[in-house]
Amino acid sequence: MGKTLFDKVWDSHVVDQLEDGPDILYIDKHLIHEVTSPQAFSALNDKGIPVFRPQQIVATVDHNVPTLNQHLPIKDELSRNQVAKLRNNCEEHDIELYGLGHPYQGIVHVIGPELGITQPGMTMVCGDSHTSTHGAFGSIAFGIGTSQVAQVFASQCLLVSKPKSMRITVDGELKNGVHPKDVILYIISQLGTDSGTGYFVEYAGEVFEKMSMEGRMTVCNMSIEMGARGGMIAPDQTTYDYIEGRKFAPSKAEWQQKLKYWKSLPSDPDASFDREYSFDATEISPMITYGTNPGMGIGIQEQIPSSQNESFQKSLEYMGFNQGDTLNNLPINYVFIGSCTNSRIEDFRVASAYIKGKKKAENVNALIVPGSQQVAKQIQDEGLGVVFQEAGFLIRQPGCSACLAMNDDKIPAGEYCVSTSNRNFEGRQGPGARTILASPLTAVAAAIEGKIVDITQL
Amino acid sequence: MEKFTRLEQTAIPLDIENVDTDQIIPARFLKATDREGFGENLFRDWRYDKNNKPITDFVLNNPTFAGPILVAGNNFGCGSSREHAAWALADFGFKVVISSFFADIFKGNVLNNGLLPIQVSDSQLQTIFKAIKENPNCEFIVDLVGQCIKIPSINLHIDFEINSYKKTCLINGYDDIDYLINNKHKIEEFERKRNA
Repeated sequence: MGKTLFDKVWDSHVVDQLEDGPDILYIDKHLIHEVTSPQAFSALNDKGIPVFRPQQIVATVDHNVPTLNQHLPIKDELSRNQVAKLRNNCEEHDIELYGLGHPYQGIVHVIGPELGITQPGMTMVCGDSHTSTHGAFGSIAFGIGTSQVAQVFASQCLLVSKPKSMRITVDGELKNGVHPKDVILYIISQLGTDSGTGYFVEYAGEVFEKMSMEGRMTVCNMSIEMGARGGMIAPDQTTYDYIEGRKFAPSKAEWQQKLKYWKSLPSDPDASFDREYSFDATEISPMITYGTNPGMGIGIQEQIPSSQNESFQKSLEYMGFNQGDTLNNLPINYVFIGSCTNSRIEDFRVASAYIKGKKKAENVNALIVPGSQQVAKQIQDEGLGVVFQEAGFLIRQPGCSACLAMNDDKIPAGEYCVSTSNRNFEGRQGPGARTILASPLTAVAAAIEGKIVDITQL
Repeated sequence: MEKFTRLEQTAIPLDIENVDTDQIIPARFLKATDREGFGENLFRDWRYDKNNKPITDFVLNNPTFAGPILVAGNNFGCGSSREHAAWALADFGFKVVISSFFADIFKGNVLNNGLLPIQVSDSQLQTIFKAIKENPNCEFIVDLVGQCIKIPSINLHIDFEINSYKKTCLINGYDDIDYLINNKHKIEEFERKRNA
């Protein structure tokens, strides 16, 4: 019987199998950042163990960094210490660091792909659940806890049980104004936030075949929001074209050799999956969330469903919504365009194409946070910066920013924020903040109109 | 890592589904560079209001319930991979978490910190919630060696599953790093073959 893409990559990285236990899985690339690594370095130091393969690790700062005045010392003492700690640890262990001020600094899941570090057929981990993003290239990429970060430091391996496989197929033509973010929010709303737990997902079908690499990254990024450890898309010409010529991409003879390997990766036609779902692309509309987990999503024109479940009602109470409400025309005061889900150049191209010549509504605070220094530069080079400024949007420096509000970029309590990020959990964007997840297009439209609107109806 | 074999104690019911790790420990408390003291901010925004006054109807502030066993609703620990959530639960004093479903990364994180996650069925979970609510002093016997939970007062006996490797680690206080380091020769051999 044939093998899946996931099987092929996993099986070729198994160092050893424990009887009735986990596999020893070899990790090709380990990405680290300031928040989930310090305790892992300490664990290593306590045991007197060196970092085994420092050249396979790349570090950056993203989670807690300010998005203003990055050339100045960080004001917040704890954040400053955490960033300094990463710098010291990287120096001590000979690890490449793209720190503040470095032209490659940025959100870890934005810089990996844009530097050509992320490649098909790799295993990649990071102490961050959105590591699933890198699966867009046909790699096995997943988030790990800090104890596991220490394990990879020590051995370049992890002890993990092989997850089951799931395939989600979306065929058909997407409607105009429906973006990759809408596709993944739709899938999660249909399947639920725990449907993927214990599984690795492969996204297949016409919609993903036609999707750009950056769109594929948005989809794979949110795999974790249905509980899946990771999501993957088979590499194809779109993938190769994206990688070719990037900083750490293979070149010349090595490129030809890699390409041959990459082309062998897609799931065999007779491969079978432990679970399969399929959806019709024409059913998908621009999506928004109404609750406090990413599975609580609806089409903008649809009504909030009814449920007697107490957790569901608690969630609506937090958001200030009622069952049966429609969110179309809901006034909002905050818009955030950023995060590892939607802060790549295509997201900002879509945003700027829509707002060119328009002005944001007066009541709206609209924040643009590029995913990396390179994206920030592209925004300026392509003239998008002027468009954002003229429309009254604030452009900040790269980082995770208001997605998780570890820095000063917080949404005030009780306020609604239409956000291109990945999580609408209680307090995620600041204590009491109410997050409404959406695509970059829906988010900019909300900023211009001062309320939620269905872009397909304008 | 601390060893775990068995305990006989009471439990705290957290009857909420889809509790994410942002609730267990909000991101603004993740700036520490050591593992200490996270218990203070466990469930911070559910335990305290914006003036830092305890919210009395939250279960951890209710003196009726106590104990090192947390019983939580379906899909506990979803969201962020932050191990700080496991550190916060351990630092607060929890040793066992019972739910009908755990998110993958969270489950791995608690196991790596000597906490035992026990998965039961939906109906068993409801029975357990009812038992604690009716009698907050009802004692649980959690036996890792025998892989079962018992609540003698209601004659409940539930067998649970755990990966045999992880069971050995918990009982003996081993962590995965030691295991991997002991297998370094295999890892180096794997690298040699791949690069050949």
